Amino acid sequence: MVDTKNIGVTPGVFDEWYGTDGNPRELVAAFDRWLQEMPAEDIQRRRDEADLLFRRLGITFIVYGKEGGTERLIPFDVIPHVFGADEWRVLEKGAIQRVRAINQFLYDIYHDREILKAGVIPLDLILTNSFYEPQMIDFDPPGGIYTHISGIDLVRVSEKDFYVLEDNLRAPSGVSYMMENREVMMRLYPDIFAKYPIAPVNHYTDDLLRNLRASAPQAIDEPTVVVLTPGFYNSAYFEHAFVADQMGVELVEGRDMFVRDGFVYMRTTEGPRRIDVIYRRIDDEFLDPLAFNPTSMLGVPGLLSVYRSGNVTIANAMGTGVADDKSVYPYVPDIIKFYLDEEPILQNVPTYMLRRPDDLKYALDHLGELVTKEVHGAGGYGMLVGPAATKDEIEAYRARIEADPAGFISQPTLSLSTCPTFVDSGIAPRHIDLRPYVLAGESYSLVPGGLTRVALTEGSLVVNSSQGGGTKDTWVMGV
Amino acid sequence: MLGRTADSLYWMARYAERAENVARMLDVGSRMGLIPSSPEVQNSAWTSTLEIAGAYEDYERLYGVVDQESVIRFLSIDRENPSSIWSCLRAARENARALRGTITTEMWEVVNSTWLEIRDIDEQVVLGTGYRQFFENVKDRANLFRGVTNSTMLQDDGYAFVRLGYALERAGNTARLLDAKYHVLLPSVEDVGGAVDYYQWGALLRSVSAFRAYHKIYSNVIEPARVAELLIMRPDMPRSLLSCLNEACTALDALCLGRPFECRRQAGELHADIAYGRMSDIFNRGLHEFLTEVVDDCIALGQQIQRDFMMLA
Repeated sequence: MVDTKNIGVTPGVFDEWYGTDGNPRELVAAFDRWLQEMPAEDIQRRRDEADLLFRRLGITFIVYGKEGGTERLIPFDVIPHVFGADEWRVLEKGAIQRVRAINQFLYDIYHDREILKAGVIPLDLILTNSFYEPQMIDFDPPGGIYTHISGIDLVRVSEKDFYVLEDNLRAPSGVSYMMENREVMMRLYPDIFAKYPIAPVNHYTDDLLRNLRASAPQAIDEPTVVVLTPGFYNSAYFEHAFVADQMGVELVEGRDMFVRDGFVYMRTTEGPRRIDVIYRRIDDEFLDPLAFNPTSMLGVPGLLSVYRSGNVTIANAMGTGVADDKSVYPYVPDIIKFYLDEEPILQNVPTYMLRRPDDLKYALDHLGELVTKEVHGAGGYGMLVGPAATKDEIEAYRARIEADPAGFISQPTLSLSTCPTFVDSGIAPRHIDLRPYVLAGESYSLVPGGLTRVALTEGSLVVNSSQGGGTKDTWVMGV
Repeated sequence: MLGRTADSLYWMARYAERAENVARMLDVGSRMGLIPSSPEVQNSAWTSTLEIAGAYEDYERLYGVVDQESVIRFLSIDRENPSSIWSCLRAARENARALRGTITTEMWEVVNSTWLEIRDIDEQVVLGTGYRQFFENVKDRANLFRGVTNSTMLQDDGYAFVRLGYALERAGNTARLLDAKYHVLLPSVEDVGGAVDYYQWGALLRSVSAFRAYHKIYSNVIEPARVAELLIMRPDMPRSLLSCLNEACTALDALCLGRPFECRRQAGELHADIAYGRMSDIFNRGLHEFLTEVVDDCIALGQQIQRDFMMLA
């Protein structure tokens, strides 16, 4: 028997299962009973079974760094992160609202720049941003959609309060884990899935394909969609192959494609075949060695000219990265108000922009309390979590900030919610976040679920898999 | 299907087959080492094994003198040798890795676990007394992979490329094997039917799993000309040249769908030479010349397949 009394909650921290007082929330009451009634050996057996399943499926990712990258399994936790239908609806509306506004924002800054003229965002912040792509000026992507796939990173700090940590608009990864986690959970707990209305998530790739097809250049009846990968040395290669496989489309590399007479083709055993939509999992600068990084072997020479003449759709669009840059992030609430004339449903984390002298001074004085990140960083690399850092680490980081203040932002350390998690000592609360995926193209939608990431070390707030985080299945009840 | 995917399937199969062929040759070679014979005969047998593997020059450069342990090491676990079992299994796995969306989970599991096993293998065990077991394992794994492929893979174009890879690799191997052994063994032809001959030619037959088939078909002593016929002309002998070319032509028919590809013509020409040739003509022309031509034709055919289907620039 599992004694949930020992699972406990951390004072001042909201727990997804036990709130703040340690009593199971109504939402999870049934699951809590089931967890309590399950013998500890049984849970251990199911964990082992899950490990075996993941290993057999070959779901691995590559950690960069030591010895040039090694394949690893992301730890998976068998206790789910559970949402009620009502709270999920708020998240859904809020996430879609954000992505809708961001698409309008991207269209605007590559066309009339109304938002810059109105002084809502400083002109130089956008125009000198390294992700701002001059080649996109006056270009109209089909449907006005720039970000077809967006991963919105959310954290919860209380029953009602959610914050957006980041809008990931540059090929956000993790969706294969969302789907495989669910597959594994359904194999481990068929009884639970039969009994409770847990919203399915595995139609995600179907939705994705529908949206990608709808984004094809006009006048094409049966568009050919491909997934473009940098190749099998990439850390997310498994996911690229998985997504292509699930959609039933080709997984291509740059060397499989070529440009001729204004169109892009792939080399197939049946001869050249025209490509209409590219779901790319490589960065802008590698897409076309003629236009960007001339040493890139990953892209397709001449792709940009095909794109600009409207003969192929690239998802997400080139130049989208400017909107998920951490220096633009603080303006997203203003962006929502400006284009949609609505109040933001999801809050931003208060952010100190160290390009501003006042913010810089405050941040340098309070580094030990704040989370400080590189403006262009991703994946949890190169960030400083003040409360968890040593004096030396803080001082070293201070020197980096002083050398280039505009390259950093700081945020207060949020008390992220916890979720009961299997650890060496039994079951204990661990901090989590959530990345749901917003799709756009035909219409805006959000699959009820997402990737829940969990910081497996006690007290840690860093959930990134590259930093030793794990994942959980996310259950949305009765949507 | 992407040309690159077809290419990976084709080479995955070729490397899997090659690993097995090397294991078979080494198995037979080490078995021969147990039959009493002069050191010269022993060494020339190992030299011919290296020649069949197309690795004699590399071996000479790295090891110099030919002896059993060095040849086994070189052809089984030497990482410097691109045609060692170790390298072939790694190459098969690397090709499979690029095919995760194309091959079945079962295929991936076999090719991946086979590689993981050999990657971590204890060299001393292979080189000590465990080499026969090692060769057995490699053959078992190859059989498992072929079986899993046949019984789980969608039988579409991709399957045809796998079959092509197997067929061409096998044809080349049989031709080289016969050529090298004929060359080495023929000087002893005067005591046809003698004990040494029985073991030498018997070993060759065993290396292509044809020992029992020979006796069943010919009910007679082992004679070089019959061995050659068996391994060249018999359509019912799975590793004969004719059988391999039948397989290659069937796979190509599935890919060409009646379209006039050059590779299909080349395969047809080679197939006709063997299917409608006479053994006596082949011997009159010279078996060595004939087999050399077959090896060259197989290489040319492989290249033409890549030009016709894989659009490799």
